[in-house]
Amino acid sequence: MSDITAAEVAKNGLWTNNPALVQLLGLCPLLAVTGTLVNALGLGIATLAVLIGSNTIVSLIRNHVSDAVRLPAFVIIIAAFVTCAELLMKAYTYELYQILGIFIPLIVTNCAILGRAEAFASKQSVGMAAFDGLMMGLGFLAVLVALGGIRELLGQGTILADMQLLFGAGAADWVIRPFGDNYSFLVIILPPGAFLVTGFLIAIKNAIDDANKRRADAQREAPVKGAKRIRTTGHIS
Amino acid sequence: MAFKQITSPHAHAAQSTSKVMQLVIWATIPGLIALTVHFGWGSLINVILATITSVIAEAVIIKLRNRPVDFYLQDYSAVVTAVLLGLALPPLVAWWVVVIGSLFSIVVAKQLYGGLGYNPFNPAMVGYVVLLISFPIQMTTWVTPLALLPEAVSHPGLLESLQIVFAGVSPADGVTGATPLDSFKYADGLLVDQIYAQDPLFSQAGIAGVGWEWVNIGFLLGGLILLGSKTFTWHGPIAMLATIALMSALFWDGGSSNSPGSPLMHLFSGASMMGAFFIMTDPVSSAVSNRGRLIYGALIGLLVYVIRAWGTYPDAVAFAVLLANFAAPFIDNYSLPRTYGHTDRRRATEKEEG
Repeated sequence: MSDITAAEVAKNGLWTNNPALVQLLGLCPLLAVTGTLVNALGLGIATLAVLIGSNTIVSLIRNHVSDAVRLPAFVIIIAAFVTCAELLMKAYTYELYQILGIFIPLIVTNCAILGRAEAFASKQSVGMAAFDGLMMGLGFLAVLVALGGIRELLGQGTILADMQLLFGAGAADWVIRPFGDNYSFLVIILPPGAFLVTGFLIAIKNAIDDANKRRADAQREAPVKGAKRIRTTGHIS
Repeated sequence: MAFKQITSPHAHAAQSTSKVMQLVIWATIPGLIALTVHFGWGSLINVILATITSVIAEAVIIKLRNRPVDFYLQDYSAVVTAVLLGLALPPLVAWWVVVIGSLFSIVVAKQLYGGLGYNPFNPAMVGYVVLLISFPIQMTTWVTPLALLPEAVSHPGLLESLQIVFAGVSPADGVTGATPLDSFKYADGLLVDQIYAQDPLFSQAGIAGVGWEWVNIGFLLGGLILLGSKTFTWHGPIAMLATIALMSALFWDGGSSNSPGSPLMHLFSGASMMGAFFIMTDPVSSAVSNRGRLIYGALIGLLVYVIRAWGTYPDAVAFAVLLANFAAPFIDNYSLPRTYGHTDRRRATEKEEG
C-alpha cells in the first residue's frame, strides 16, 4: 500500500489535511495552551516527538498485532511515548512542565495521534510512517505556534515572552513589547480568544485554497481559439 | 412599457426595516437626554464615535463581501447597534474602547455571521461583553451623577470631555464613581436601610438611584413609544420586567444585610429598562412567536436577577441577553403557534405522520 509519495505526505501534513486547521483534531490542547508562544512551542514539540515515535512503532508492529486489539495496542504505544515526553520535560524544562500541567499527559488523548496511527501508520512502511508523523506533527506545531504568537501579541502585547522556559536563561531578554508595557486585551488570552483566532486562521486557509482553486479553474477553462459555440437558450446573466 | 417584476408579498407595509430602525434610534433620545443631563457629555460622544466607527466598518465589510454598500447602509441597522453600544458604555471612556467595541459588534458579531438577519447574538451586547471582560477597569468606571458632584466640581464641558476621551486627560477628582448596583453589591454587612441612609446615591434618590432612575424612566418612555407604534409586541419586555420584579419581591426578605435589593431598585437601576425595550427586542436574535417571547423575556429577567443577586457582576443585562440568544432557537422549537386550520400546536422538528 505504499502508493503515496513523500511529497504527498508532506503536503497532506502541512497543508491539505492539516490536523489542526482541516481535521480539527486535538482542539483541546490547541485551544487551552496557546495563550503564549512558549507554551504553544513546548506542547507542539512534545506532540511532534510523540507522533513520530508512535507512528514508527505502530508501523513496525503492524503485521504482528491482530485487528481486534489494535486500538488498545496503539493507545499503549502512544501512552508510553507521552510518558517519555513528560519525564523529559520534567527533567529539562521543569517550569514549562508545571505551566502546561495536565495538557502534557493529555497528549495521549489527542485524536490527531491515534488518528494517524489508525489511518496511516498501521498501513504503511516504517520510513513513510515516521515521515508522516514528522509532517503531521510539524503541521500541528505550526498552527500551535501561529495561534500562540498571535494570541500573545494581541492579548498581552509581547513577542517571545518567557522564552527562558524553553531555551535557558539566555533567552529571558528576547521579549519584545511593541505596544508598550501597559497593553492588555484580555479576551484574546481567555478561551473565547482561542476560538476566535482559530476561526480566523481556518478562514484564511480556506480563502487561500479558494483563491488557488479559482486560479486553477480560470487557467483550465481558457477558451480554445477559433472554437465556435452556438447559444441555444436565452440570456444567462 | 416594461413592468418591474416584484415578488410577493405584494401588500404594502407601513414599516420597512429602515423606518423601524430609524424609529428605534429616535426612541433612544429620552434616555440619551437623561444620560447627558445626569452624567455629562460622555454618552453623546460615545454614541457619535460608535456610529462613525460602525458605519465605516459596515461599509468596508459589505464592500469586501461584494454586496451593494448603499443598500445595506440604508437599513440603519449598523447605526442602531452603534447607538445601543454607545449608550451602554460608561461616559468618558477612552476612545479606543468605543472603537474596539464597535468593530467587534459589526465585524465579528454581525457581518462574519452573514450580516443583518443572520446574527444569532445581539451585536451590541457582544461588543459590550467583549469590552467588559477585556477592559474591566475602564468599563466599571462610571461618572458621578450631577446631583452628587462635590462642591466646586462640575461635569467636564464638551471640549474638556473630548480631551478626556481622545487625549487621555484624567477627569477632575470626584467626577468618576460607582453605579448604584455596584455600590449596593459591595456594601457588605449592612442592612438595606443603612445602605440607603449612608450612600448618597440612594439617600438623595426618588425611587432607585440618583440619575439612574431618570435614565431608566427615559428608556421606559422611549420603549413605550416603540410599543405604541407596534415596533414590537409587549410580550418580551413585560415578561422580562415582571420576572425581575417578581424575583426581587420574592427574595427581598425585608431588607436584611443579605437582601439583594428591592423590586424598585432592580427595575430602575442599571440597564433594566434599556435591556427590556431596546436590547432584548432585537427581532433577529430573539424568539419569534408571542408565547416564545414570553418565555424568552422571562428567561432574561431571571438571568438578570440571578447574576445581579448572586453572581460576581453588578449588572447582567448583556450576559442575560446573550445567554437567552443561545436559547432562542430552542424556545422557538417548543413554542410554535397553532397553524390556522390545525387543532394542535406542533413542534418545529416534529416528523410528519404517515
